Amino acid sequence: MSQQLINAITEMQEEEAVALAQQMLDEGASPSAVLEACKQAMDVIGQRFEKGECFIPELILAGEMLSQVAKIVKPHIQQETVEQKLGKVVVGTVAGDIHDIAKDIVVFMLDINGFEVTDLGVDVPVAKFVEAVKATGAKIVGLSGFLTLAYDPMKETTAAVKALDPEVKVMVGGGQIDEQIREYTGADAYGKDAMAAVAIAKGWA
Amino acid sequence: MANTFPDNWNKLTPEQKLDWRLAAWAAIEGKPLNTPQAVANFTAATRRYIDVLKLREPDRVPRTLILGDYVAHYAGSNPGEFFYDYPKAIEATIKFCKDFDLDYGAGGNFMPGKLFDRLGYRLYRWPGGALAPTQGFQFVEGEYMTADEYDALIADPESFAMRVYTPRVMGALGGLGMVPSFFGTVELPFVPFMLAGFSAPPTHEAFKALLEANQIVLEWFGANAQLGAVTLGEMGLPGTMGGFSKAPFDYLGDSLRGTRGIMMDMYRRPAKVLAAVERLVPMAIQMGVGAANGSGTPFAMLPLHKGADGFMSNADFKKFYWPTLKATIEGIAQEGVVPMMFVEGGYNQRLDIIAESGLPKAATMWIFDQTDMAQAKAKFGSWACIGGNVPASLFKAGTPEQISDYVKKLVDTCAPGGGFFLSPGAVLDQAKAENVHAYLKTAKELGVYR
Repeated sequence: MSQQLINAITEMQEEEAVALAQQMLDEGASPSAVLEACKQAMDVIGQRFEKGECFIPELILAGEMLSQVAKIVKPHIQQETVEQKLGKVVVGTVAGDIHDIAKDIVVFMLDINGFEVTDLGVDVPVAKFVEAVKATGAKIVGLSGFLTLAYDPMKETTAAVKALDPEVKVMVGGGQIDEQIREYTGADAYGKDAMAAVAIAKGWA
Repeated sequence: MANTFPDNWNKLTPEQKLDWRLAAWAAIEGKPLNTPQAVANFTAATRRYIDVLKLREPDRVPRTLILGDYVAHYAGSNPGEFFYDYPKAIEATIKFCKDFDLDYGAGGNFMPGKLFDRLGYRLYRWPGGALAPTQGFQFVEGEYMTADEYDALIADPESFAMRVYTPRVMGALGGLGMVPSFFGTVELPFVPFMLAGFSAPPTHEAFKALLEANQIVLEWFGANAQLGAVTLGEMGLPGTMGGFSKAPFDYLGDSLRGTRGIMMDMYRRPAKVLAAVERLVPMAIQMGVGAANGSGTPFAMLPLHKGADGFMSNADFKKFYWPTLKATIEGIAQEGVVPMMFVEGGYNQRLDIIAESGLPKAATMWIFDQTDMAQAKAKFGSWACIGGNVPASLFKAGTPEQISDYVKKLVDTCAPGGGFFLSPGAVLDQAKAENVHAYLKTAKELGVYR
């Protein structure tokens, strides 16, 4: 049945996916088997996204399906299994910019791909990034910004986190961000979408 | 200047209407052009713009800018002053217009901040309001219409906008939710009861707020006229932005359901989404045409958002986004107003779909952002005027040489045969002055046809 669940998620059959997850649990499947099927489904969706075969509606709906499945799985979890994480990432939309949609998708995709993500939200002051890197020991920082007003805050944030820890790698992305701005900000990488962010982070982990 | 149409207006073809509007826009008579230089600039710049719209070769490539907060930053002001201190905003804008060698008027984000305060506008945050004076105004993502309200929107979009949506996004207009139906006007005995429906104190408050808000807008128009007396009157820089509208899918997705909501609705309730966007087409057309009528500048800008590459598949674009955008474009063009699509993001996957859809020739303009301009020229060049694509990042982080090279390449690719104007690909909030100068200078030198 886990293949059916994978198919339901990748084919965007929301009600079927949730019903199948419930059915698996009712029939004695372990919570981790259900979650593993979800993860495999997300891998498929991620690959399709990279190939330009699926898009934002599919990512958002998949995220919604996963959170519904997680909700029904949760009561069945006896003890928290400690999952091996790939690494820690601090993510936020830089100071002055309040856009969250793309940043949220990046956070979701990093999370689903095995990173421990600290999401600082939007309009995040430089100092808050620095504190978060200090507190978590994260070696990867993702800076999001939709508008051109994000250029300078990105530059300042990159400089500040690297001043704290030169080993920290910074990736930038967003509507008007490109390779030119990566160079301007002093960041280590520019990613054009959420899957690019995952690939970059995996390369650094 | 608002248009006064000829008596035979309704008998004119779309092309005749367009030509009438363009002639009125470009006319010297009745314009406060006070210097010979202003007349010369105005005449050349309007002619150049009409030439490229009509897919003819102009004397040289028209050079435009899409300006946000950069005007304020350049002139040593800030976005907050552009919202709240009209004299400073005017002074800064005039400085900008004088310092750069422009073809057209440069607006920046000169806005009536007091208006948004008075209305209690919640859909945006702006400098000097909830944001620091140094920040730019920004949209607040949210679900401003719930999923179960589709039927109400579809049944009566205007009533929904006034009675349900506006009270949510403008705190001072909450009382509009209680405004009674105006069908009470049809019978004498009904009228008193209709008027009794205006008794609620919040409704009184809402009307008071509307009157005061209108006063604020009129003052702001006055300030704009002061600015125009210099930029138009002395410098002869024509305005090119007559009005705005949006793709129906973006009206619904950006401002009503929100990004998350609309994207899930595409799967959860696709029929409702389709019915809603179709229902919004007449409103979207009226928005563009009405504003152009009022301003006398026959260009309506449509910033396009959620149809960009990566946002949805081509199949979904063809199903959810394009049909009603196409109907909106055609409806605006039908009235002789030029729909000017500001194609944000990339549209590389959409060019064929649009090019093959049979839009009217020489009646639309397209500002591209991250779209391949050689492809755009190949696919749009025979029927539509295009421009854009100079990256905002280059204005900020590039060198004058880099931007000059970029402009040269763009002119080489897109200018042959006409139908091309120079424009950035995105709104400029940040830039280096030397890059803006290089951008303008290069196109002026290399964009000459004869």
